[in-house]
Amino acid sequence: MTHTINLTVNGTRREVALDDPRTTLLDLLREGLGLTGAKKGCDRGQCGACTVLVDGRRVNSCLALAIGLDCAEVLTVEGLADGDRLHPVQQAFIDHDGMQCGFCTPGQIMSAVGLIAEAQAGDDPERIREAMSGNICRCGAYAGITAAVREATAVLTESERRERA
Amino acid sequence: MNRFDYVQPATLDEAVAAASEPGAAYLAAGTNLVDLMKTGAMRPDRLVDITRLADLSAIEELPDGGLRIGAMVRNSDLAHDPRLAGRFPMVAEALLSGASAQLRNAATVGGNLVQRTRCPYFADPSNACNKREPGAGCDAKGGESRSHAVLGFSEACIATNPSDFCVPLVALDATVEIAGSTGRREVALDEFHLLPGSTPERETVLEPGDLVTAVRLPGEAAGYGARSRYVKLRDRTSYAFALVSVAAALRIEDGRIADARLALGGVAAKPWRARAAETVLKGAAPDPDAFAEAAEAALAEARPSGDNAFKIDLARRVVRRALAYAAVGSPSRVPALPGSVFASEGEFEHA
Repeated sequence: MTHTINLTVNGTRREVALDDPRTTLLDLLREGLGLTGAKKGCDRGQCGACTVLVDGRRVNSCLALAIGLDCAEVLTVEGLADGDRLHPVQQAFIDHDGMQCGFCTPGQIMSAVGLIAEAQAGDDPERIREAMSGNICRCGAYAGITAAVREATAVLTESERRERA
Repeated sequence: MNRFDYVQPATLDEAVAAASEPGAAYLAAGTNLVDLMKTGAMRPDRLVDITRLADLSAIEELPDGGLRIGAMVRNSDLAHDPRLAGRFPMVAEALLSGASAQLRNAATVGGNLVQRTRCPYFADPSNACNKREPGAGCDAKGGESRSHAVLGFSEACIATNPSDFCVPLVALDATVEIAGSTGRREVALDEFHLLPGSTPERETVLEPGDLVTAVRLPGEAAGYGARSRYVKLRDRTSYAFALVSVAAALRIEDGRIADARLALGGVAAKPWRARAAETVLKGAAPDPDAFAEAAEAALAEARPSGDNAFKIDLARRVVRRALAYAAVGSPSRVPALPGSVFASEGEFEHA
């Protein structure tokens, strides 16, 4: 039996027919919608490479069944930049060398976007490292990742302050 | 993963009816269930999605000063809720010591209570497991068993319960609310999980169709809010299951321990309330001697189930450390590294 769900993916409304209830959000994004930014690393919620935002919260898309996500808003790394202008988290990862091979990077970046929105870690490197522990980087680019998240936090906090002023 | 029917009931009664059929399983976030379906360890014929049910997502303050937490409340929302963090700080610390931020954003209160063991022999169907297939045998025994139980295990099963959240909950006398085909009932969390005995496939008191709808913390438990800690030893500082964890809480009056609560995680098939140790502590001065005596009492019955004798002495040390931390007082905010011995605020006696 085919189930139809409605999703908003990177701002675009999509009607998606699922012919198999086993389809995870990750498989739907990659295989169904051609959005290959989110990566399939472990496929078991252990590596974080599949991290996307669902209704504004970072989650492991490999463990979420798509069929349960009717009406959800999904944001993937493909939806972050504004045209040619990179999102501050993307820019900070480049500026601080927060990657080596790049496989985990879309998950790291989406996780960082979620972390900054959660507003729990602030500027504390230890809290940032703890809050990013669900994203494994086998190249070991953690030092650059932590620096990038700190800078992006500062940039986003400042732009939010200016918007309010 | 096996094929399954998927239903999304609109009401609790419909959900219970749909899940009462043999082979059905409730689906909330799926962070544990979907993973085990991928390995083939769980093969439900029907998933009953409860994420759209009304009334399961509330956190309510109770007249007695306690808290009622709906089963669909997400771990991260609960951990950061000031009503929890203010009065039951070790529960917040335990939640934040578990899993990763992504998993905590999805995983639910009810799901945490019914999550399955992380025994690798259970998760991989190519191994014999009495829990997965009654009578099949147990490949964990004589296998890689350093993380397995040292209390309450049986010939049939040496697996542990992986929950952090349940450890402070059982220490604080939490109650589980259950809806089922015969109506509603409630059970003390200490009686919710079952020791394996000869039926390790039966992990909780839940009957087919039963759904955890809420967890309640009694107001009396807030009396421990000023001096309580959750300490968790694991193979890495973050994003790992406990080898041993301890929830310790004290009420100190006139320099003496008026009352104590102690529970251990990672040591048994259920969150392990250490009542004998609580009795030892009551009336004693909060000093290293009393904490050492309590640690002995807590582990008096412990024995290795495999390659894990080290866990017994480790557990004694974590009990002493957690009690020492609790005596100093709860930190004003959950530490940067929740549950870690590498991140303690304030002065404390080294255990």
